[in-house]
Amino acid sequence: MSKRTIVTFVMLLLVIGCGKNQQAEIKIGGIFPLTGSAATFGKSSQQGMQMAVDAFNAEGGILIDGQKKLVKAVFDDTEGKPEQATNVCRKQIDQDGVVAIVGAVMSKNSLAIAPIAQGKQIPMISSASTNPEVTQKGDYIFRVCFIDPFQGTVMADYAVKNLQVQRAAILYDNGNDYNKGLANFFEQRFRELGGTIVAKEAFTDEDKTVDFRAQLTNIKAAQPEFLYLPNYYTASATILVQARELGLNVPAGGGDGWDSPKLVEIGGEAVEGGVFSNHFSREEPREKVQNFIQQYQQRYGTEPDALASLAYDAAYVMLLAIKQAKSTDGAKIRDQLKDIDLQGVTGNISFDEERNPIKSAAILQIQNGQQKYLTTIYPE
Amino acid sequence: MDYLLQQLLNGIQLGTVYALIALGYTMVYGIIRLINFAHADIFMIGVYTSFFTATWKKIPFPVVIIISMAVCAALGVLMELLAYRPLRHKPRLSALITALGVSLFLENFAALPFIFGPEYRNFPELIRMKRYVLWEAHDLAVSNIFLLNLGIVAVLLLGLFYLIHKTMIGKQMRAVSYDKVTASLLGIHVDRVVSFTFLLGGALAGASGMLYGLTYRSIQSPYLGIWPGWKAFIAAVIGGIGSIPGAVLGSYLMGISEVYANSIDSTLGFGMAFVILIIVLIVRPRGLLGEKIQEKI
Repeated sequence: MSKRTIVTFVMLLLVIGCGKNQQAEIKIGGIFPLTGSAATFGKSSQQGMQMAVDAFNAEGGILIDGQKKLVKAVFDDTEGKPEQATNVCRKQIDQDGVVAIVGAVMSKNSLAIAPIAQGKQIPMISSASTNPEVTQKGDYIFRVCFIDPFQGTVMADYAVKNLQVQRAAILYDNGNDYNKGLANFFEQRFRELGGTIVAKEAFTDEDKTVDFRAQLTNIKAAQPEFLYLPNYYTASATILVQARELGLNVPAGGGDGWDSPKLVEIGGEAVEGGVFSNHFSREEPREKVQNFIQQYQQRYGTEPDALASLAYDAAYVMLLAIKQAKSTDGAKIRDQLKDIDLQGVTGNISFDEERNPIKSAAILQIQNGQQKYLTTIYPE
Repeated sequence: MDYLLQQLLNGIQLGTVYALIALGYTMVYGIIRLINFAHADIFMIGVYTSFFTATWKKIPFPVVIIISMAVCAALGVLMELLAYRPLRHKPRLSALITALGVSLFLENFAALPFIFGPEYRNFPELIRMKRYVLWEAHDLAVSNIFLLNLGIVAVLLLGLFYLIHKTMIGKQMRAVSYDKVTASLLGIHVDRVVSFTFLLGGALAGASGMLYGLTYRSIQSPYLGIWPGWKAFIAAVIGGIGSIPGAVLGSYLMGISEVYANSIDSTLGFGMAFVILIIVLIVRPRGLLGEKIQEKI
């Protein structure tokens, strides 16, 4: 035996040895934007996911190959950047040895990590990425939230049918797949319903842009009746403050990116009356929802937002699939995920052929600085 | 085309933010031929200082701006003392790289969870926004914050010109800028003049930070200084680095053209700065006012 073969053999043994040791617990990865312009989303998601993990651990863990094992969540920060998301995704799979991934939150980050998870055959379930392309990256990629066409469509429906507006303007971040998706589907549906998009303006990168006055002045000149802002809460609130400053006082709407207490904190009076589509409402009377809210509040001292609920559902679905598969093998978990049918916090969760859930959307409005539930819209 | 006038006002507002930062770059360059890349981060510290003083016990606006200017001025002096002075007689490249190092240090130090933290904050509404319609028919309006911005910049600029042209320390600054060795032979304390320049630059960045917070009401992260910093630097180069009127002219040129570019197509704005820079560097490499000004500060 040559020296080289021996070395290889010893290293192989070491690798197998390490692999054995790591199996003492089941690790699942959580990839969220814990810092950056969507930091509250990341924090909520982390807390929601941890609650799901603890729910399984409270039962003594999950039975894998005839042995009960505890679940450990490994959290990493994307900082909201795709390049960072791919780094932590590789790290979780190669170094931490996670068997499944929950995340990411932002669509652009999920789009970046999905091919990696697919390539390594690690099942991934995104909690909040609504861009349609995310699950098209492969058959290991799932999500628990509805997709952009639905959110954009819902808001267009609401604007035309409930608010009775005919002229809408859009201002969105064209550097982000989520914002682009919502903007395009809103535009498409709004036109179908007989409305006119009088202005469609963009900016690049909401982390860098603070001055929207140029675009808003253009929009104002086009005299819209409704302003669609499918951006995250930071940009949306800042835009509305500047819009009001320029005297653009039309009603505004957005997507689930608005769901943060910071929206009101930043926007103040400017965001008052704004409507947005969301995954769930805290005012929904369903028992599952109210129980979750109560437990979450007890543990963290704040009410859960949609992101926390989605991450809870996502992690719960993933762990349930592992439990039913009785294995940490990627392919087996994937097969179980396809058959999941679960009453989650954010609604009924079962997957279609594209691995998207079939769900409803809630329309919320900012009234006196609080989110008020207006109506629920079901997919057609 | 009514909104073209409104866009001009928007551009002036943006240019005001750039102008105060650009002055710091240009003054330091005028005196010690150093591009102080950390200047943008002093601006960032200014934003945070105003944020903390404004949220802490509801201090009124004029006091906030003075505190912010003082903290940033002190930081500027300290930075020069610790980072640049030891390299005064070393090759200029060493100082330039040190400047980049100081910049990275300030950004990442500020981003530590127990310093400012990397998360988004929103700036308190120190002054209630009011809107004044200037021209009803053309829908032209300004806000009180915009007027305040202009007022403060005007006062600071007048003060700066007075300081440089009418006082002894200003005369010394001009002398050092003209010829450091001769100035020191004539009894001018060069180190003190350099410190004073950093103090002035820091104070202006502090004021700018305050106005930035007031105008945009958002503090993205400790990295927020990077882009305004780059654009202000480009503005200083366009105006002719080392020239004070040049920096102001360059800043307004940048602000206005960025806004117009944005209004034609929203994605053009960011690139506009570089297009202007390239054109100016080709046509007039010393910058717009780079040659005409005799004393460079």
